[in-house]
Amino acid sequence: MSQFPTRAKCVVIGAGIVGNCLVGHLSKLGWTDMVQIDKGPLPNPGGSTGHASNFIFPTDHNKEMAMLTLASQQQYIELGMNNTCGGIEVARTPERLEEFNRRMTSAKSWGIDSKLLTPAEIKELVPFINEKILLGGFYTPSVSVVDSLQTGTLMRESAVAAGNLQVFANTEVLDLEVENGTIKAVVTNKGRVLAEFVVVACGVWSPRIAAMAGANIPLTPAVHQMADVGPIDILQQSNKELAYPIIRDMDTFCYERQSSGSMEVGSYAHRAIFMHPDDIPSNEASALSPTELPLTQDDFDPQMEQAIDLMEMLGDAEIKYAINGLLSLTPDAMPVLGETVEVRNLWSAAAVWIKEGPGIAQLVAEWMTYGYPHLCDPHSSDISRFYAHEKTDHHIYARCDEHFNKTYGIVHPREQWATQRNMRRSPFFPREEAAGATFFDARGWERPQWFASNAKLMDKFKGQCEERPSEWDARWWSPITNAEHLQMRESVGMVDLTAFNEFDFTGPGTMAFLQYMCVNNVDVAVGRSVYTPLLTQGGGFRGDLTIMRLGANHFRVITGAFDGGRDKYWFTKYMPQDGSVTFTDMSSALCTIGVWGPNAQMTMAKATQNINAEGKLVPFDVSQANFPYGSVREVLIDGVPATMFRISYVGENGWEIYTKMEHGLRLWDSIAEAGKEFEIIPVGMGVYAVTGRIEKGYRLMGAELESEYNPMEAGLNRAKVKSADFIGKADYMKARDEKPAALMCTLEMIDNTSKSGIKRFPTGGNEPILTKDGERIVDTKGRVSRVTTAGAAPSLGKYLLLAYLTPEHAIEGNELQVMYMNEMFPVRVARVGSQPLFDPTDARMKS
Amino acid sequence: MNILVCVKRVPAPGARINITEDGQQVDTAFLGFTVSPHEECAVEAAVQLVEKHGGEVTVLTLGSVLAEEQLRTAASVGAVKAVLVPIEGMDWDAQRTASAISSAITALETTNGNYDLILFGNESADSCGYQVGVRAAVKLGRPMVNGAKGIDVADGIATIRRESDAGQEIYNLPLPACIGVREGINLPRYPTMKGRLASKKVEIQRTEITAEAGGLKMIQLQRPPERVSNTQILGTGPEAASAVVDLLIELGVFK
Repeated sequence: MSQFPTRAKCVVIGAGIVGNCLVGHLSKLGWTDMVQIDKGPLPNPGGSTGHASNFIFPTDHNKEMAMLTLASQQQYIELGMNNTCGGIEVARTPERLEEFNRRMTSAKSWGIDSKLLTPAEIKELVPFINEKILLGGFYTPSVSVVDSLQTGTLMRESAVAAGNLQVFANTEVLDLEVENGTIKAVVTNKGRVLAEFVVVACGVWSPRIAAMAGANIPLTPAVHQMADVGPIDILQQSNKELAYPIIRDMDTFCYERQSSGSMEVGSYAHRAIFMHPDDIPSNEASALSPTELPLTQDDFDPQMEQAIDLMEMLGDAEIKYAINGLLSLTPDAMPVLGETVEVRNLWSAAAVWIKEGPGIAQLVAEWMTYGYPHLCDPHSSDISRFYAHEKTDHHIYARCDEHFNKTYGIVHPREQWATQRNMRRSPFFPREEAAGATFFDARGWERPQWFASNAKLMDKFKGQCEERPSEWDARWWSPITNAEHLQMRESVGMVDLTAFNEFDFTGPGTMAFLQYMCVNNVDVAVGRSVYTPLLTQGGGFRGDLTIMRLGANHFRVITGAFDGGRDKYWFTKYMPQDGSVTFTDMSSALCTIGVWGPNAQMTMAKATQNINAEGKLVPFDVSQANFPYGSVREVLIDGVPATMFRISYVGENGWEIYTKMEHGLRLWDSIAEAGKEFEIIPVGMGVYAVTGRIEKGYRLMGAELESEYNPMEAGLNRAKVKSADFIGKADYMKARDEKPAALMCTLEMIDNTSKSGIKRFPTGGNEPILTKDGERIVDTKGRVSRVTTAGAAPSLGKYLLLAYLTPEHAIEGNELQVMYMNEMFPVRVARVGSQPLFDPTDARMKS
Repeated sequence: MNILVCVKRVPAPGARINITEDGQQVDTAFLGFTVSPHEECAVEAAVQLVEKHGGEVTVLTLGSVLAEEQLRTAASVGAVKAVLVPIEGMDWDAQRTASAISSAITALETTNGNYDLILFGNESADSCGYQVGVRAAVKLGRPMVNGAKGIDVADGIATIRRESDAGQEIYNLPLPACIGVREGINLPRYPTMKGRLASKKVEIQRTEITAEAGGLKMIQLQRPPERVSNTQILGTGPEAASAVVDLLIELGVFK
C-alpha cells in the first residue's frame, strides 16, 4: 500500500455515492493530487449508500431536485449501472389521485414519460397487487434501480486510473486543522495531510466531521425502516432481479420493490427517529453496519398490515432482513452543498440520496472548479442558505420531525411550517396580530400574508376579488389579498418588510469591492441607490438586490429574507481581507415599513420633519422634486430617526422606511395615524410578493432569476456596461452580443375554466408552457419553459404567469397553453421583456 | 404433544463488544436483542415436532418486561403460548436461574399437566454456562441430554442424536424429558409478516416463582486486549498469484 501522503490539493472525506462520484468528476475536470479517505472498508464503508434501496423515481415538483435526479440517472445509464423496471405510485385516496395530476404536470415539465393508470391497468403490470383497494396509479416507465456501490467504485477507480487520486480505506479522521479561517490539514489515524481543499462527503457523519473545523452542516441521521421478505414464488419464477415495476404505496408512505426472489418493503410512515452523529456505532461495534441498526419492530408493524393489504403474498413471506436504516435529513429536506460559511475551502456535499448522488457530485465538482455550478442553480441546496437559528439541533429535530412523514406526502407549494414558528418577530407584530394577520414563515420571520381586518374591503371591491372554487387553488391563500392590493393602488398601504437583510459596508475599499461584486455601477452620488444583479462567474444570476449609498465610503445592501444567508456568504467570501472594507450585518438592528400608494406622499408629508440649517424642526419636503425616485434621505418621522428610500416593488409612489428595531412600533403607529384620513391599511406579502409584483413584471431571485439565466434573457440588462471589472463580466459581455436563447415573458390566462367547469388558478409551481400542439418548449440551452411565478393581477382583471419563452414563441399576442393539474389552459403572451403590464411607463412611482 | 422451550434475551453485538463504564454490563445502547442460535434451533425443533405430531409450543423466559420481545419472536414462528417469569437485578447465575425455571415449570404443570418435552439451548449466548438445562432437569427429576443434533419422538420415547468425536451417540429418553438443543439441528425459519402480526396478539402469561440463591457472583466484565491485524496487500490481478502461492507455502498450506 502506498504511503499516506503529507500534502494534497484536495482531500475528499467519505467513499459513499457522493464522495466516490465527486472524485470521479473532479478528476474529469482536471483536478490532480487528490486523496480520498473513509473510516470504513471498501467498497462498502458502512454508510447509508451500503443499505440504500437504490431506486429512482425521476419526477419531482422541485426543479433543482428534478434536474439533479435526471442528471444522476443519466450518469448511472452511462456507466451501465441503471436497471430500468418502471415504477407505479398508487393511490388509495381521491386526494392522491389529484396529486397524480400534479405529478403528470411536473413530469411533462421535465420531459419524463409518464401516464395515469386505472386499477385494472396496474393489475396488468403487477399481477400480485390488490387493485381493489386502489383508485389509480401514476406510472413512469423510466423508473430504475441502480447499483450505487459499483457506480461509486467505477467513478473512484476512474480517478485512480487517471493518476489523480490515492484512496485510503479504514482511515479515520481525528481532526481538521484550520488556519486564518481556511482549511489547512486533515489529521487521521494514518497521518496528517496538508490540504488546499477538503470536502466533507460523510453522509450521516458529516456534522461530526465538519464540527472538527468549527463548521456546521445542519443535518440529522434519521431512521428509514426497511425489510426484505421472501422467498416469494412469483418473484422467484421471474428469474430476474427486477421483473415488476416498483410500487410506491403513497398513501401509506411505503414502497415495495422486487429484489430477485424477495420483496423489499420500506417505510416513511413511522414516527421520526433521530440519532446524533456522535452516537452512531463504529463499524466494529455494529452487528451489521453502522447505519443498519436493529429494527424497532413496533414502529414497523402497522406498515406490515398495510403491505399485506396491498400484496397478500407478502404475509406468508419470511422477514429475512429488517433494519432501522440511517439516512440524512435536513431542516428543509434539501441537500447541504457548497463551501461552508465558516471555513474557506472546506466544502460540504452532504444530505444526498442515491437518486441524486452522481448529479450532485457533478454539481459540486463544477462549483469547486468554476466558482459556480453549471448543471443547475443550487440555491435550494446551498449550505449558506441557513440562518443561525436554523443550524441548531433544536431546529433540525423540530423541522425534520415535521417533514419526515411528508416524504411521500402531498405538499402544497405554499405550504407553511407548523413548528419553529415565532422565532423572529418584527416590532409591528402586536399591531399585525390585532389586525388578524395570517402569518407566513420567512426563514424564521413571521410575516403577515393578509389581514382579516381588511376583509371588509372585499365588499368595496366586489367582483375583483376572485373566488377560488378548488380547495387546492385556495389553500394558503385569501381573496383579501386582492382587496388589499386594490386599496393600496387606490389610496395607501403599509407593508412590514422587517425580514429584509441589511448589510453595511464601510471603509476606503468599499467602492472598489462593490464594483467587483455588482453588474451595475455603484459609484452613484451619496443619497442615491443602485438596483443591481450579482452574477456568477458564468454570467448567470447569483443575486438581485438594491444598494443605498449612505456616505462616501458607506453602502447598505438590501436583500430579501430568502436570500440573506446566501448573499451574506457571497459578499463576505470576496471581501478584501486587508481591513479596507468593514462588514456589519444590520439585519437584526433595523426594521422596515413599506408605504405605497397614490396617497403615500400625502401620508408621509404629514409625518416627516427634519432639522434645517438654523437648527429648527421643519416639515420635510417629500416631493419628487426634492426627494426623487431612487434617492435616500435621513428624516425624523414623528421624532423617530429614520432612513427613507424612495423605491417600490409594487409599482406605486412611496418608500421603504428603515429605523432601529426599538423605534419600530412607534414608527408604525405614527404612519398609521398620519394615513388615517386616507384609510391607510396594513398590506400583506400576498400583495408585495405576488399581485403587486406580477402586475409590474418584477423578477424574483430564486424564481425568475437563477444562475441558469442571464440578464439579457431576464430583460434586466442596461444600455451601458460600466468599465470596472465585476464577477461574471466576460460572460455577461458575451451574452450581450448573442441572441438570447430565451426571454422572460408575462403571459395571461385566456380562459381558466377547467373541464369540470370550475375556474382554476395555477400556483406557479413549474407548470409547463406548451405549444398549441401540447409540445414542450425547450430552448437551445436545454432549458424548458415553465411557470416561475403565477398570480392574480387585480388591477388588470387578469391572472398572470411569468415564464421564459424561446424567441420564436416570445411574441406578444402569441397563444400557447399552460398545463395545470394535467389539464391544458389557453394562455397569451402579454409582454416580452421587463416592461410592466400595469402602468407601463412607471408614471405612478415617479409622480 | 406439548413442548416448552426456554429462551434467554441477549444482546446482538458486532465484532467489538462494548462494556459499560462500570464494567457490569455489555453496552447495549445501539444493539438489538436476540436469543442464542441454539435456542432459535430449539424453538424451530419444537415447532417441527408439533407440526408432525400435533400439540402446541409454549415459550418461556426469565427476564424483564423487555424480554417479551423474544417471546413474541418465538410466537411469530409458531409458539402459541408465552410465559414471562419476571425478575429484576443482575445476579442470576445458572443455579438460581435453573431453580427459578423449574419452579415456574412446576407451577405451570400443576395447572396444565406435564410438558412432554422441555427444550433448552445448549448454552446461552452471553454467559455460556452450559448448566441451566441440566440443573433444571435434575430439579424436575427428568432425563436430560445436552448437545442434541437430532430429535425424533415415537411411542412415548424421544430419540436424541448427538455428535461426538467418535461418531454419533443415540439416547432414548422416556417422556417427559428435557433436551439441550445444539445449533445445526435444523435451519430455523424467519418470521413471516403474518406470523409477526399474529404474535402481537399472543397473551403473555406471567408466573411468579421462588428461586434459591446462586453460588456464582459476577465481579466485572473485561474485554481481552484487541488483536491488531494489519492488512498487507500482496498485489492485484494475476500479478499477485505468485505472492499468494509463496504465502500459502509459508503457512504450510502448500508444500
